[in-house]
Amino acid sequence: MSEAAIGTVRIRSPLGEFWRRFMRRRVALFAGVAILVLVLAAIFAPWIAPYDATTPDYGNVLSGPSFAHLAGTDVFGRDIFSRIIWGGRVSLTVGFVSVALGCAVGMALGVVSGFAGGFLDSLIMRFCDVLLAFPGILLAIAVVAVLGPGISNVVYAIAVFSMPVFARLVRGSTLALKETVYVQAARSIGVRALPLIVYHILPGTLPGVIVYLSLRIGTSILTAAALSFIGLGAQPPSPEWGAMLSDGRSYLGVADHLTVFPGLAIFVTVLAFNLLGDGLRDALDQKLR
Amino acid sequence: MLAFILRRLAGTVLVLLTVSVFVFGFVRLLPGDPARLVAGPDATAEDVAAVRAEMGLEGSIWRQYAHYLSQTLRGDFGRSAKTRQPVVAEIGARFMPTLWLTLIAMGWSTLFGLAVGVLSGVKRGRWQDQTAMVLAVSGVSFPSFWLGLLLIDLFSVRLGWLPTGGDESWRSFVLPSITLGAGVAAVLARFTRSAFVDVAAEDYVRTARAKGVPERGVIWKHALRNALIPVVTMIGLEFGFLLGGSIVVETVFAWPGLGRLLIDSVSFRDYPVIQAEILLFSTEFVLINLVVDVLYAVVNPEIRLR
Repeated sequence: MSEAAIGTVRIRSPLGEFWRRFMRRRVALFAGVAILVLVLAAIFAPWIAPYDATTPDYGNVLSGPSFAHLAGTDVFGRDIFSRIIWGGRVSLTVGFVSVALGCAVGMALGVVSGFAGGFLDSLIMRFCDVLLAFPGILLAIAVVAVLGPGISNVVYAIAVFSMPVFARLVRGSTLALKETVYVQAARSIGVRALPLIVYHILPGTLPGVIVYLSLRIGTSILTAAALSFIGLGAQPPSPEWGAMLSDGRSYLGVADHLTVFPGLAIFVTVLAFNLLGDGLRDALDQKLR
Repeated sequence: MLAFILRRLAGTVLVLLTVSVFVFGFVRLLPGDPARLVAGPDATAEDVAAVRAEMGLEGSIWRQYAHYLSQTLRGDFGRSAKTRQPVVAEIGARFMPTLWLTLIAMGWSTLFGLAVGVLSGVKRGRWQDQTAMVLAVSGVSFPSFWLGLLLIDLFSVRLGWLPTGGDESWRSFVLPSITLGAGVAAVLARFTRSAFVDVAAEDYVRTARAKGVPERGVIWKHALRNALIPVVTMIGLEFGFLLGGSIVVETVFAWPGLGRLLIDSVSFRDYPVIQAEILLFSTEFVLINLVVDVLYAVVNPEIRLR
């Protein structure tokens, strides 16, 4: 073999390899860009939204889409396009915060469960079984029934039912990682439990966690919108997509823009997170292709 | 096999007991005095004391739980704070509409989801697969309450073909069951496809092809039968999620079922009904999981031996 041929062999890091595969998935990449646009729109809502989200304009109620009001106005004459942009703040915040909370607690419990084993493991896993014994939205409704309706309580409610998903996932990867050569090696040279978990095990669990993060954020946004739709989430006049859909129910067939645009906003956002999650999973796991 | 079922049954009882502790603790976690809330603002001290006794909020926490558990096991869930009727009667009246809706939604979505999933798996990478999977990922992301509103808008308001709500005739079932089942059909289609694709890559499928089994036989006998094993579990889980999903869909269609009763109870703070409903929903969910696990062990002996 010539020197030149040897020189062309490139060894990619797992991260680089993953990135290269991910970049090839155009749909997921597009979804990622869409999420970025949604996030930027939510952050810069005060500058982008053409009107205020909560100020009524009684001279201009229920008007259809026009150049002045791209998505029309609602019963109070509020600009629906502006309310959707502001509503993105609510939905994305709920999605990110609730899942981050559930993920942090779930990862901690999962890694302890998998690492410690024995009684602690059984205890944590049975606890997760019990939480998983409630269908997600029911658990959320129970939490809201205790804490009272409102968007911040919805965040806790969703965090509670995201937690066991991450705990199980991380426990599974921890069990597998515990047997790997590098963890065994670190153990044998006397690395203590905490650094072992933080530096050697947790990073290994991240790929699966990232996939689930994306998928769970989509689910959380959907659940939060559903709770607001049935009146247990965001309270008026707060612009929330699910609550806006609920407001528009009485005007079906009369003023469809009241329900079409908020519905579209939820759908596109959740779809983007699901497509991104699918793309990440496929890039990590070659088995499916 | 019997040992496996007994072991799972014991686990289920344990989970249900813990759920009952959660549901029991639920009212005691509430801010303020639940008895006063239930009795109403004009209630006298004696009224509140009577309600407290009725709700089992007297004595030590252990005695309260023992009382709660024995009443629950005898099917006594107290009286609704709103209607003063026994909770059992309230729930009983709402049970069948929800069960029927859930069964019909489950039926069509399972058949449809499996068919689409298998078609996609067989035609992997072709246009049928791509179209089906685009539809499926959209179905997973589609808010059921919006789908319900769109269907009402088209078929009830504009075309006038189907009623917007209630459960008077078979026509009332069409829109709610489509709305409720759509998400499940999408999940099952995706899941069946990926199970099928996994199995199709197995050595025994290649062996079957190599020894000259016709393609039809490879798909139906070798690939599909094995692919369906994880799908069975998924169907059971989705059934549980349908129970949760019915809460939202019943609100859209003014369906006189358990879901809407729960939402009304939460708005009214009718705690005895909320408690009983949460217990009922989670018991159903846990029992379905038990049945699924046993079925899974029947089709897959490896699980039994573990």
